[in-house]
Amino acid sequence: MTVKKPKYTIAVTGLNAIDSPGPGLAVIKSLIEAKSFDVRIIGLSYENLEPGLYMDHYVDKSYNVPFPTVGTEILFNRLAYINSIENLDFLFPNFDAELYNFIKIQDRLKEELGIRMVLPTMKQFEARHKVNLYEYGKEHKIKVPKSEMVFSIGEIHGKVRDFGFPVVIKGKFYDAKIAYTPEQAGDHFNKISTKWGLPIIIQEYVYGTEVNVCGVGDGTGQTIGAVPMRKLYITDKGKAWAGVTLDSKELIKITFDLVKSTKWLGPFELEFIKTADNKYYLLEINPRFPAWCYLTTGAGQNQVEAMVNIGMDIKVKPFKKYDIGKMFIRYSEDMIVDLKKFEQISTIGEL
Amino acid sequence: MKINSNIAISDSGFVFNPSTGESFSANSISISIIEWMKEGKSIEEIIDLVMEKYQIDRDTIEKDLLDFQEMLKLYQITEKDTEELN
Repeated sequence: MTVKKPKYTIAVTGLNAIDSPGPGLAVIKSLIEAKSFDVRIIGLSYENLEPGLYMDHYVDKSYNVPFPTVGTEILFNRLAYINSIENLDFLFPNFDAELYNFIKIQDRLKEELGIRMVLPTMKQFEARHKVNLYEYGKEHKIKVPKSEMVFSIGEIHGKVRDFGFPVVIKGKFYDAKIAYTPEQAGDHFNKISTKWGLPIIIQEYVYGTEVNVCGVGDGTGQTIGAVPMRKLYITDKGKAWAGVTLDSKELIKITFDLVKSTKWLGPFELEFIKTADNKYYLLEINPRFPAWCYLTTGAGQNQVEAMVNIGMDIKVKPFKKYDIGKMFIRYSEDMIVDLKKFEQISTIGEL
Repeated sequence: MKINSNIAISDSGFVFNPSTGESFSANSISISIIEWMKEGKSIEEIIDLVMEKYQIDRDTIEKDLLDFQEMLKLYQITEKDTEELN
């Protein structure tokens, strides 16, 4: 007897498949390849030129959603409207900047609209913030490069001398630049704070190779999946254009220990530097799937599928293995799009 | 000098280190040396085998093998604390 698979309607943000891509399309490709359910994909976009909007082989229907700055009430109302047409089962927010709002309305979305999500708790989300990461590392016994917050240009010259050079100057949400002199540090401070606000984070520069882990925690301390990757080709924006899965028992252990210690719920990307003497320093925790998460599906761990099942209260067994030496190579392609489609999304906010 | 057990080497000379994600192209003599190292042959045995196969003098082989060892170590293809050419 064949068991009929459920069909879920799943909304996904992050359709900006550009040179600094959002994770939306990678999530959608994993959803389409899910074995335990079928899907109808609803794209949620912030801009009318997000390429995913026009990819009807991946996205069944799209809607504009309001920018995070307008607040949770307008976002909730827009999702309620979309839900009245589409009857959403699940939603994947994929941008750092929108997560705060989605975590805030998570319970209302489930109770009032029946839309499920699997996200870290607000406490988990705030605790791993760049500005708190050094203390976070101490608490969870994981190496993090020394860092300090700076609130004014007057402080920076003295602080960077204490750190020594080179030193990393980071924005609170995005952006990181390396400074080799106090003057450069001041220049980076001005540029980054103008764009992303204060504080600015000064971080010790650790020499080594960047390695990343994409994974999912179930909220009880159990890691459902974890795949380490090294970027093989990096764009001028620092984004991976190719990468390969690694065999690293130590990195997997560090990940499992961190998930156990934090009881992390939902997807995550851990960014590490591996030093020449094989020590791993945690640089960042992204509380969402990264744009390269489709590699985990290609390597045998469809973590996106697992996360939907966690959200649907279906028991999910942790993945035991993944393929080592599996690569992804990103590409760009021109689509030919009828102006009518652009007109439609621009005027009525639906496509 | 021992090759890490997880290093993948194809017949074409493509060497992949799954711990670091790095890959290399090895020429035929390099593949032979790596294969002999994987079989657990000593440095002296490898030198003899290279002399036999390629008709090169011992001093040249020793010097080149030392360079090659250093390169393998640098790229973490060999395990730590194993026999090295002195």
